[in-house]
Amino acid sequence: MSDWQPGASIKALRRRAQLMSLIRNFFTHQSVMEVDVPLLSKSGVTDINIDSICATLSGSLAYLQTSPEYFMKRLLASGSGDIYYLGKAFRDGEIGNKHNPEFTLLEWYRCGWDEHQLMFELADLVSQLMDRDGASDLKVTKISYEDCFHDKFGLNPHQASLSDLQDLAAATGSLSWAGETRANCLDLMFSLKVEPQLPEGLVFVYDYPACQAALAAITTTEQGYKVSRRFEGFLNGVEIANGYFELRDPVEQRRRFDLDNTARQATGKPVSNIDTKLLDAMHSGLPACAGVALGLDRLLMSDLELKSIDQVIPFSWLRC
Amino acid sequence: MANYSTNEFRSGLKVMLDNDPCSILENEFVKPGKGQAFNRVKLRNLKTGRVLDKTFKSGESLEGADVIEMDMQYLYSDGDFWCFMEPDTFEQHQATESAVADALIWLSEQDICVVTLYNGSPLSVTPPNHVELEIVETDPGLRGDTAQGGSKPARLATGAVVKVPLFLDQGDMVKVDTRTGEYQGRVK
Repeated sequence: MSDWQPGASIKALRRRAQLMSLIRNFFTHQSVMEVDVPLLSKSGVTDINIDSICATLSGSLAYLQTSPEYFMKRLLASGSGDIYYLGKAFRDGEIGNKHNPEFTLLEWYRCGWDEHQLMFELADLVSQLMDRDGASDLKVTKISYEDCFHDKFGLNPHQASLSDLQDLAAATGSLSWAGETRANCLDLMFSLKVEPQLPEGLVFVYDYPACQAALAAITTTEQGYKVSRRFEGFLNGVEIANGYFELRDPVEQRRRFDLDNTARQATGKPVSNIDTKLLDAMHSGLPACAGVALGLDRLLMSDLELKSIDQVIPFSWLRC
Repeated sequence: MANYSTNEFRSGLKVMLDNDPCSILENEFVKPGKGQAFNRVKLRNLKTGRVLDKTFKSGESLEGADVIEMDMQYLYSDGDFWCFMEPDTFEQHQATESAVADALIWLSEQDICVVTLYNGSPLSVTPPNHVELEIVETDPGLRGDTAQGGSKPARLATGAVVKVPLFLDQGDMVKVDTRTGEYQGRVK
């Protein structure tokens, strides 16, 4: 196929349009308001493993948003109530069979809900979207991070020592992991060993390690150790969603931003502008809420049983 | 040699890994949602032929390997070395037995082969995809039996043993696919 032509078949694009329309109907029906927040901002993201694509605006640095999260939280703090965003996000350097630097995501927030209620709604949405003949048979499984990790490695991921995790990671990947952080070791083993063995259908893995909390609240378990109230959704073994019971404490948020930037400095990455408007919004009061982001391109790949993201996007970066 | 970063890894790229030249077969970019990116890479060790699975952090790099593949004509063997010649320059290269090992049962003098050179010396030899060789030993042919299935082993002039149809005889010429070792047809 020539470069000028789309990577996706017209049939795939028709299905894509249909999914977007079904999603909008779903949320209209649930009285969740669509918001089209900006893609360009004066602040980027501090997350050590996510890089913004930079633009120049009248000579000043601007950032294409890696997620609509900060803007959406500012709306939530302003009393928007339940909201969703269906549109683009950008991440630098992410190119592969499951990654395109510009991708489409669905993100939504439910006020007064916790992450488990949100998983339930996400399962409902996905089974409606994948259901073509009125008889949905999507299998939904829920399993804690601790259980899937323990089943595979016989270790408690929250309590194992860093050196045990590093040894496991070095054995799983390569020696260069022997000096890695707790979060990186866990991610490597989870991606290489746990993900490929997840059951078919939609699988929710919840209670992620506290060191991978990102923007989720942290809680203490009955056994006395900390876990984050973060979950991920996997559809037929492919990661499609990431959700939180949201962190609301602006002081803790500021602390995490600063830690991220310290880690960025240590690895030679550019330090990010901290989004002080988000912190101000959290000071004014973010309602208790749960939020989740779902990758539409990957959902479509799974739905159409396609192997490459290039086959579900009109023009992936290779063709732009 | 230049260094190649994980994002430059392409199928066919030759790199050094643990002091051995390797050819990259596959490179998959993996990135957990909030996690560090890495690459799962399949490589073939060009010395041993073994396929390896390795995991690299994205951005890590490997040194390129001085490996080139070139069409050369097989001239002769003195028993210790096998001699190949570049058709343009007439430059000759001596390949060791380990380099020609897999190709040996197919090689006839004058054949054009692909010779893989590592640091200028032959590392491996790939015979032509199709060769035409004489049957030197097989059970007597069953005349007229051209339609029935069935096959028998036949030893070819270079030493390879392939399955051929029953009607073929010693002295017949056959065409064989060296990649599969399968009989392709009779040559008249």
